Amino acid sequence: MYPADRKYTKDHEWVIIAGGEGKVGITDYAQKQLGDVVFLEFPDVGRQVKQGEVFGTIESVKAVSELFAPMSGTVTSVNTALTEKPETVNSDPHGAWMVVVKLSNPGEESELLNHEQYAGVAQ
Amino acid sequence: MTETPSSLKKTPLNARHRALGARMVPFAGFDMPVEYSGVSDEHNAVRTCAGLFDVSHMGEIEIVGADALAAVQRISSNDASKLALGQAHYAALMTPQGTFVDDMLVYRLAADHFLLVVNASNIEKDFAWIREQVKPAGDAVAVNNSARYALLALQGPLAREVLQPLTGVDLAGMKYYWFATGEVAGVKTTVSRTGYTGEDGFEVFILPADAERVWDAILQAGAGAGVVPAGLGARDTLRLEASMRLYGNDIDETTTVLEADLGWIVGWKKDDFLGAAVLREQKANGVTRKIVGLEMIDRAIARHGYGVYEGDRAIGTVTSGTQTPFLKKSIGMAYVPIDRTEPGTEITIDVRGRRARARVVPLPFYKRPRS
Repeated sequence: MYPADRKYTKDHEWVIIAGGEGKVGITDYAQKQLGDVVFLEFPDVGRQVKQGEVFGTIESVKAVSELFAPMSGTVTSVNTALTEKPETVNSDPHGAWMVVVKLSNPGEESELLNHEQYAGVAQ
Repeated sequence: MTETPSSLKKTPLNARHRALGARMVPFAGFDMPVEYSGVSDEHNAVRTCAGLFDVSHMGEIEIVGADALAAVQRISSNDASKLALGQAHYAALMTPQGTFVDDMLVYRLAADHFLLVVNASNIEKDFAWIREQVKPAGDAVAVNNSARYALLALQGPLAREVLQPLTGVDLAGMKYYWFATGEVAGVKTTVSRTGYTGEDGFEVFILPADAERVWDAILQAGAGAGVVPAGLGARDTLRLEASMRLYGNDIDETTTVLEADLGWIVGWKKDDFLGAAVLREQKANGVTRKIVGLEMIDRAIARHGYGVYEGDRAIGTVTSGTQTPFLKKSIGMAYVPIDRTEPGTEITIDVRGRRARARVVPLPFYKRPRS
């Protein structure tokens, strides 16, 4: 259900860690809770984010939620195609990446959940 | 599947919603379906086909007696003397300040018998208020019959052709805001051509014990045509596109009927009614603020409670807002000073600390194509 190629937060973000960078999105569980996603707001490239800090906003038809950075670093890339088609978060949550962060503290990975631990949280 | 918290009331269709996989939320003390397949799907089904809503949580208060008309005339903004038997209208349940205790539909069941359909969240408050206010009217008694009705709403352009084969009531001959009694799916009902979506549609009052039978029959009859069950989420986005006011968001005890731009539900020719003096004064001298439609210019969604600004000056409040599934626009309603109500006026909304531009637009946002 939850891919083993990435780590997860209790706030329902995922991060794929490779080459000193982390690619970030939200989980299938999160998109189901939100309902139809209609709006996304991401930080500008170059913004520094800290683990656990709000880095963006996601809105469904009904409600606003915040996106929390799973790891600290500098935003190197933002998925602008996704902001144009926010409903992709519902149809392909584990493929719909939001931002890429150049990790400033890769050791933070140890604080995250693996896919089995996360499956226990997401219910 | 999670259990219903015991403190929540259930409609007679609770088991159906759970079997259909609805996401359930607490709403006005009820365990209610917020969505089945998804708000956007359900919303668009209602605009293009039809959707079936369980609105059994709504309240039903009846006023009966020789002086029932006088009692209704006292508490309602609208002129109930104009209602024929079998006719209904929209009205405000009035405070003496010209504001809303609630909004409601008033049905004339008989010369001396009215049915008020009120918001679920206000049933107890409304009933207490109505009971108090009908006393001076003489021979009239108010009864809270909310638990004795289940209520379904079939809404959408295909509503009539889906419902007609299930009933002997002549639906094509029924005018908007009229109703009739008759059988649907073999059980006794009252069918009215009313709704809260901006589409053609019908609401069906039934005994709670018959609710599942009628619900199943309508869904089955409509399955081939694409009729889907629809939840509170779609109900909210649909009513907002149609710019229908929502109690607790757009109207409440602090907003007058004229500030809510609902002058058409005031029976100006009536002698006296609660709040009449305030409304007559506001009609003569004008209101200082009024509700308007707004459309976002900047990429953002306005939400209930967000501040409206002109420069650094707070000038009003957003009452409802969303990104609507059918129009695909970021729209909302807000109270603003009367000199900012002209369509085209630019205002700014405080979206969680960021200022986003919006423009005043005429209401409604959506009007159904007339066939």
